[in-house]
Amino acid sequence: MDNVVDVEKNFNSKLEKNDFVEPKDWMPENYRKHLIRQISQHAHSEIIGMLPEGNWISRAPSLRSKIVLLAKVQDEGGHGLYLYTAAETLGASRDELLGALHTGKAKYSSIFNYPTLTWADIGAVGWLVDGAAIMNQVMLQRTSYGPYSRAMIRICKEESFHQRQGYEIMCRLCFGTEEQKEMAQDALNRWWFPTMMMFGPPDKDSPNSEQAIKWRIKRETNDELRQKFVDRTVAQVEFLGLTIPDKNLKWNETKKGYDFSEPDWSEFYSVIKGNGPCNKERLEARNKAHSDGAWVREAAIAYAEKKKENILAA
Amino acid sequence: MKDSQGPLWEVFVQKKAGQPFVHCGSLHAYDKEMAIENARDLYTRRSEGSALWVVPAAAIVASSPEDAGSFFEPSNDKVYRHPTFYQIPEGVKYI
Repeated sequence: MDNVVDVEKNFNSKLEKNDFVEPKDWMPENYRKHLIRQISQHAHSEIIGMLPEGNWISRAPSLRSKIVLLAKVQDEGGHGLYLYTAAETLGASRDELLGALHTGKAKYSSIFNYPTLTWADIGAVGWLVDGAAIMNQVMLQRTSYGPYSRAMIRICKEESFHQRQGYEIMCRLCFGTEEQKEMAQDALNRWWFPTMMMFGPPDKDSPNSEQAIKWRIKRETNDELRQKFVDRTVAQVEFLGLTIPDKNLKWNETKKGYDFSEPDWSEFYSVIKGNGPCNKERLEARNKAHSDGAWVREAAIAYAEKKKENILAA
Repeated sequence: MKDSQGPLWEVFVQKKAGQPFVHCGSLHAYDKEMAIENARDLYTRRSEGSALWVVPAAAIVASSPEDAGSFFEPSNDKVYRHPTFYQIPEGVKYI
């Protein structure tokens, strides 16, 4: 069939020319599936990501830090919604996507299965976790699927405040009392390697990466992004007077970048499988919020129906 | 299964008076009041707009990409619709 060959050629030439693929364009079924999986996981991460930070809203040390944290958590909710609607342009329904999250069938970033134990963790999360997410998301602004790219552009604009507010918290602690600085170091110690895991397994063990790069869904590999993150972050750590918990971290003049230790990948896989410190708590909190909100959805549907009837009756 | 999230709406934002309304994304809402409030909360958290439209996504009629070639073909060979098609003698001003 000429037609099928044509549309496929058309799709491939779009990728070659760095053009965008739009919802109504023909696309290979696996491209569609890959995107639904990736975008919805990304959305779930934003939504679950509200939980570790939400944990500190009521205990923020000042009114200023409280309104900032509220605004940040509200942004994360917004980012989740942009991404869900982007995934829905591919034919997935919102209920289906949320169902997959709530039953544990769909994954979200493993970083959010770690607890936020002290206020310094809110600093470390904003600075490191959002910093790593930005690195990934800046790349995704040039992803080949139009609605995903547009969502990423919005998100990147909003994220930079998140990272800066995190670093500000770290600065306050590191230039405060000795005890506060220790708290900051402790947070860095706990978040460093989980943050490194956010870029995903090494390229050699990342089965989805190669295809994603071919389709221009991703533009840089996991290892490239991880290297970039380390190279940019080291000076920020030094400014704070903190120490990265990695004895192998060393400037490598030949590659003009840092050498560093790989995170413990067995921990990564174990957390993904559900054995992280907070997996159970996160899913329970999400499910509870969803089922506690059921009556609101039902009431809103009933109200909308009733108004429609009134219009018809009038 | 009936979707419990309400219908989909498309959101258009006008940055300030005098400028066009530009599509910025979509959202779910159960009725139009909720749609416009959600649009405000979701798409104008940083003063991105001074006016909003929300339109039920189902009401939008879109051209189809497969037919784009023939659909837009009529304008392809009409270069005379562009000002550069016309030659104006040198020295003539304000045209």
